[in-house]
Amino acid sequence: MSGVRVLVGTKKGAFILTSDGKRDQWNVSGPHFAGWEIYHMKGSPVSPDRLFASQSTGWHGQVIQRSDDGGTTWEAVGNKFVYDGIPGTHQWYDGTQHPWEFKRVWHLEPSLTDPDTVYAGVEDAALFRSTDGGQSWQEMAGLREHPSGAKWQPGAGGMCLHTILLDPSHPERMVIAISAAGAFRSDDGGRTWKPINRGLHSQYIPDPTAEVGHCVHHVALHPARPNVLFMQKHWDVMRSDDAGESWHEISGNLPTDFGFVIDVHAHEPDTLYVVPIKSDSEHFPPEGKLRVYRSRSGGNEWEALTRGLPQSDCYVNVLRDAMSVDQLAPCGVYFGTTGGQVYASADAGDNWAPIVRDLPAVLSVEVQTLP
Amino acid sequence: MIRVVLPPHLRILARVEGDVELPVEAIEGPVTQRTVLDALESRYPVLRGTIRDHVTLQRRAFLRYFVCGQDVSHDPSDAPLPDAVARGEEPFYVIGAIAGG
Repeated sequence: MSGVRVLVGTKKGAFILTSDGKRDQWNVSGPHFAGWEIYHMKGSPVSPDRLFASQSTGWHGQVIQRSDDGGTTWEAVGNKFVYDGIPGTHQWYDGTQHPWEFKRVWHLEPSLTDPDTVYAGVEDAALFRSTDGGQSWQEMAGLREHPSGAKWQPGAGGMCLHTILLDPSHPERMVIAISAAGAFRSDDGGRTWKPINRGLHSQYIPDPTAEVGHCVHHVALHPARPNVLFMQKHWDVMRSDDAGESWHEISGNLPTDFGFVIDVHAHEPDTLYVVPIKSDSEHFPPEGKLRVYRSRSGGNEWEALTRGLPQSDCYVNVLRDAMSVDQLAPCGVYFGTTGGQVYASADAGDNWAPIVRDLPAVLSVEVQTLP
Repeated sequence: MIRVVLPPHLRILARVEGDVELPVEAIEGPVTQRTVLDALESRYPVLRGTIRDHVTLQRRAFLRYFVCGQDVSHDPSDAPLPDAVARGEEPFYVIGAIAGG
């Protein structure tokens, strides 16, 4: 019987949650790398027992870990992230220019075809690639060197490159997102990039429709329809039907369109999930009710999913990389909270139950569907 | 033998228990912050970048170096360390700042 492996990154270590295809009994492994922040873990689609983990602390900087046995054992690989050439400056909080400084890896995205190739999205925003299983890293400098780079600025969490989407039908196409610069696309394997932010409206920047400067929180796609992109922006849930050339709002009847996560059902490209958060100044669910909202129409019409989720006195947040789906039928949906719960639904969101309740604050959740 | 005391996170990362002992012959030149850390990183490559920046070799901001009851973090990295460290009587401490949560 097939199963799932849920990779959970937290503020104080990594946890691996496994279950069979029923997804009702769980084994919890961890903490791995206890005491370290694990911003993200992800497995190779072509070699699922190969996992990569981003491990860091403010004291000791960045470490990258790799497992080749599904997380039982780990090996520290390369942690040398050096910008290509003289990295220049970007906009700082006070409007002055500030040098690019590497701080940490926010997101690791293994190649869809090569188990030795993995991409890293880092703070200060840049994209790195390893082609030797994480032993060495080279910056794909065409992104940072985009002429708009000097206008990029950090969001409250830092100037992070947090989203990396690989297009399965166009191997040379990648979409990334930076807070707070916006989304960018490459059609030539990462050599050159263009901002893809037309249609975004951000009233908190001087020109609300500027080419860059938007605080994009997360972007998702369905692999069978990669031209359609879904975005949770700082405020607004957005959709593009042309690979980011233009965007339109699909917030519809959401109780608030602020939030961090967004994801797509594994088998229904027009079924979306978001977790509305009250506001940018109150990072918790409206009314103290933790609700996942699902749209079965590609946006605009949303239904609250509440069964099994706390509906009173709940004041957790769900961070941008902390939702994922499995490939089973029915589709499983998973998300983690800053309160240390990881919730799972084995029926596409109709019913939820916590896998674990008391982990450190969850930073990221990824799911692997195992044969 | 030169003794180095690492903070707990780095002991786990380097998979060592207790103090690290570096043979004197592993030190290239005088016993200084730089040569001790060079020898440490040579023996435990996983520690590269976790104490000093990979490129500039600057000490990471939240770490300090203590020897013989003194904070030598701001001393020149090529200044000789006390003889007691070179003789292995006193360890070279890498200390994590009491900060964060």
